[in-house]
Amino acid sequence: MIETHTSLLLVVIPLLAAPVTAILPNGRLPWLLTLAVSWLCFVLAIWQFMQVMDGSVISYELGGWEPPWGIEYRIDIVNAFVALIVAGMAAVTLPYALLSVEQEIPKDRISLFYATLLLCLDGLLGIAMTGDVFNLFVFLEISSLSSYTLISMGRQRKALTASYQYLIMGTIGATFLLIGIGLIYSETGSLNMVDLNNRLPAVFEHRTVHTAFAFIVVGVGLKLAMFPLHLWLPNAYTYAPSAVTVFLAATATKVAVYVMLRMVFNVFSTGFAYVTPTDDMFLLLGVFGVVFASISAIGQKDAKRLLAYSSVAQIGYILLGIGFASALGLTAAVVHIFNHALMKAALFMAVGALVYRIGSSHITQIRGLGRQMPWTFGALVIAGLSLIGVPGTAGFISKWYLVLAAIEQQAWVIAIVILAGSLLAVIYIWKLVEALFFQPAIDDTKSVREAPLSLLVPTWILVLANIYFGLNTELTVNAATIAVQVLENIPQ
Amino acid sequence: MTGQWLMILAIALPLAGAAGIVLCGRWPNLRESVTLVTAVSLGLIVIELYSRLQQGASLTLQLVEPLPGLPIYFAIEPLGMLFALVAGLLWFVTSVYAIGYMRSHKEKNQTRFYAMFAIAIASTMGTAFAGNMFTLFLFYEVLTLSTYPLVAHTGTEEAKRGARTYLGILLGTSIGLQLLAIMITYSLTGTLDFREGGIVAEHLDPAWVGVLYALFIFGIGKAAVMPFHRWLPAAMVAPTPVSALLHAVAVVKAGVFTVLKVTVYIFGTDFIVSSSASDWLIWFAAATILLASLVAMNQDNLKRRLAYSTVSQLSYIVLGALLATESSIIGGALHITMHAFAKITLFFAAGAILVAAHKTEVSQLNGLGRQMPLTFLFFTIGACSIIGLPPFGGMWSKWYLAMGTIEAGQYMLLGVLMLSSLLNIVYLLAIPARAFFSKATSADNHFHGEAPWTCLVAMSLSSLMCIVLFFNPEPFYSLARMLVTQAP
Repeated sequence: MIETHTSLLLVVIPLLAAPVTAILPNGRLPWLLTLAVSWLCFVLAIWQFMQVMDGSVISYELGGWEPPWGIEYRIDIVNAFVALIVAGMAAVTLPYALLSVEQEIPKDRISLFYATLLLCLDGLLGIAMTGDVFNLFVFLEISSLSSYTLISMGRQRKALTASYQYLIMGTIGATFLLIGIGLIYSETGSLNMVDLNNRLPAVFEHRTVHTAFAFIVVGVGLKLAMFPLHLWLPNAYTYAPSAVTVFLAATATKVAVYVMLRMVFNVFSTGFAYVTPTDDMFLLLGVFGVVFASISAIGQKDAKRLLAYSSVAQIGYILLGIGFASALGLTAAVVHIFNHALMKAALFMAVGALVYRIGSSHITQIRGLGRQMPWTFGALVIAGLSLIGVPGTAGFISKWYLVLAAIEQQAWVIAIVILAGSLLAVIYIWKLVEALFFQPAIDDTKSVREAPLSLLVPTWILVLANIYFGLNTELTVNAATIAVQVLENIPQ
Repeated sequence: MTGQWLMILAIALPLAGAAGIVLCGRWPNLRESVTLVTAVSLGLIVIELYSRLQQGASLTLQLVEPLPGLPIYFAIEPLGMLFALVAGLLWFVTSVYAIGYMRSHKEKNQTRFYAMFAIAIASTMGTAFAGNMFTLFLFYEVLTLSTYPLVAHTGTEEAKRGARTYLGILLGTSIGLQLLAIMITYSLTGTLDFREGGIVAEHLDPAWVGVLYALFIFGIGKAAVMPFHRWLPAAMVAPTPVSALLHAVAVVKAGVFTVLKVTVYIFGTDFIVSSSASDWLIWFAAATILLASLVAMNQDNLKRRLAYSTVSQLSYIVLGALLATESSIIGGALHITMHAFAKITLFFAAGAILVAAHKTEVSQLNGLGRQMPLTFLFFTIGACSIIGLPPFGGMWSKWYLAMGTIEAGQYMLLGVLMLSSLLNIVYLLAIPARAFFSKATSADNHFHGEAPWTCLVAMSLSSLMCIVLFFNPEPFYSLARMLVTQAP
């Protein structure tokens, strides 16, 4: 009985908890409720993941309406994997959020903040669960609107501009997606993903379908910060409150990547994507994204902004994986969704701990802090190594599959770009390392204490996860391999 | 204890030592005792492993399997044993030296220094015992990263710049070229195991062998084949014990060790010869030998001169690998040992001069031999061994390398080797000659005496080994012999 409802619970619980949180008195109570909800979601997500690990599919008919007429939640391993990442990251971020949020958010807005965070979590989980394209759009809007709000709560006034910028770009993206969905609905009369997959091939020749596809790819591309549609991201990540940056960096773009995968491969089909120049476009944008975003990251003066540009570059890697149009490439993309969430969350957490102590992430302000905050510094170094892709860390695993995929297709230029991207990552990570450890502190007399445990423990959980998933890839690679079979519609 | 776990202990023990060093950081004497005890135990472990290998024990262990078909896997074979033996034994000697040096020189952050040193040794052991290319690459990178703080130790602008070059070139070559080569190998063969006779022979079109082999040779930046040698002189900003053990022994030898491993177990010597993959690469090695020697002659800074000498000597070993004949491989493997003992003596002496007389330039050494006779005596022994004169160990490796060039019919290269030996005499023996026979400049003739006694003890041990290895190279020779004669 409960099994069949797990998937629904994952969406319903945060949705119901959000208004409750909003009316709770400001203080620690809203945090506690949010924490409980996120941990509960994590447990449910693990459970759901284990159910579909063998390749089976859970289908849940919302309100008992039979698909394709009713909304269907259709959980295969791809959904479950993404839901696991989202819920897991929420579960790690929340313990971290307590102190960080108390410091950065005005006291009278704390319950509102957590209510919005829950809505954001709900939206992201909903995207991951649903098997209905219009429902997906609704959840995308829930998550987007709540992230605009969350970002605007940053303590600098620039957070408002950043949020507004994201609002404009995000809305354009969502509108494009909606136009695309509308067009395919007019062609097929269906919104159910599986149903669409059956009906669309008949009308593949129609120009309307091609237009719809273009609208969807661009719209989702905006949400996932595909180069050159990434302009909203650096500001949003820089000025958002630390905990929000951690959560969004680890989940929001990843979920958008999932939407892209689902739309391109399952709603349309592998064949359709490769008949159109979509795959070449992904490769081209991936290459440019990796190179330009990495170079931009090197020039940044703010640690958070530097990491934000690095995120754009990492999304470039994922796009390359998608563009290779091979099982190996897609495996790399799916594995990197997971691994990048781990490393970027750990990095933003470490930088957030610096911000917690000194109130700034500017590179001249954080000088010399590494010696005073050794644990934070250590976390940043190890997570940074994972980002670079040093063997023994999670980052290496994704790079490995990605380069193998490139070699398999004899795409030598791309293989070299991927490795050169790693070298550029060495430069920007080392810029942080040198500033933190080898530059003299701006004010030697002022001693800065190590970050509090509630910030350090979640950070180090993620850092250790980076090492664990670099040495034991059973979970990630297995899940990715089965996921790729689902995406490529290979019968099991 | 079973041999397998002894092998893991050789890697884990220095790591545990590093933890112990950090914990005892507040009591310097206790901290140094931890280093010494760990170093002695490691020395005993590698000797024990050596004797077990001699008895024919086959030691392998698989830890975890991060990627299907690519486990973290350890296996002892003769070449790795030879490398582990050299590094393991010299760690103790260097520790003795480091204690005297670091204290006399009043270096800061000594706890960090000893801890990172131990981690670097652990990764050296991991490199030596790696049973496949993946494991080797893992420890290769850890070695680069763990030595970075040692190079940047003093934290001055110059040290930071040097360390940046160090990290940039080593990570750049290993990620940009070596990793690419490894992945091409894997995608061709589906394995990265070290096998006798190599793994790529059946999978690779001979025309492409040269390209792949070049990716490996240049990608292994630690072997310092020109034009990727700049990191080694840059690393000389590190404290002397680091230059001595890491940049004359562990790090650079990890590079040439990897070159030999790749040659013997990935490509296979027969395949290298039959596909003539190395025909043009040998000239890079030959050019490095000569050019680095010429550059060394013009260096006034003592440590930089030794660094360029190391660049030159490393290419002897690379050349040995590239020629891929029986004698040249033996010579290359032996040169890992011989050069290690000799060069570490030279670096010890350079550090001793710095500590006792505060001199760093060759031109300042006039007449110093009368104040520091022992130091310069040891320096002379080390220099003679590097040149390859009897009765010093260095003669054997040069002998086999020269034999290798003759076997391969490359008389030009024989000439290169001989010419380089002459250059060695000029730039190395000139130093003690100046110290013993030139008159001291009158400006600075205050009496400071010999180096700290721990430094002298360390130097005497390593220079003694240079002589012992001439009369009894057997332990190392037998390992080198096993490398080329094991059943194909």
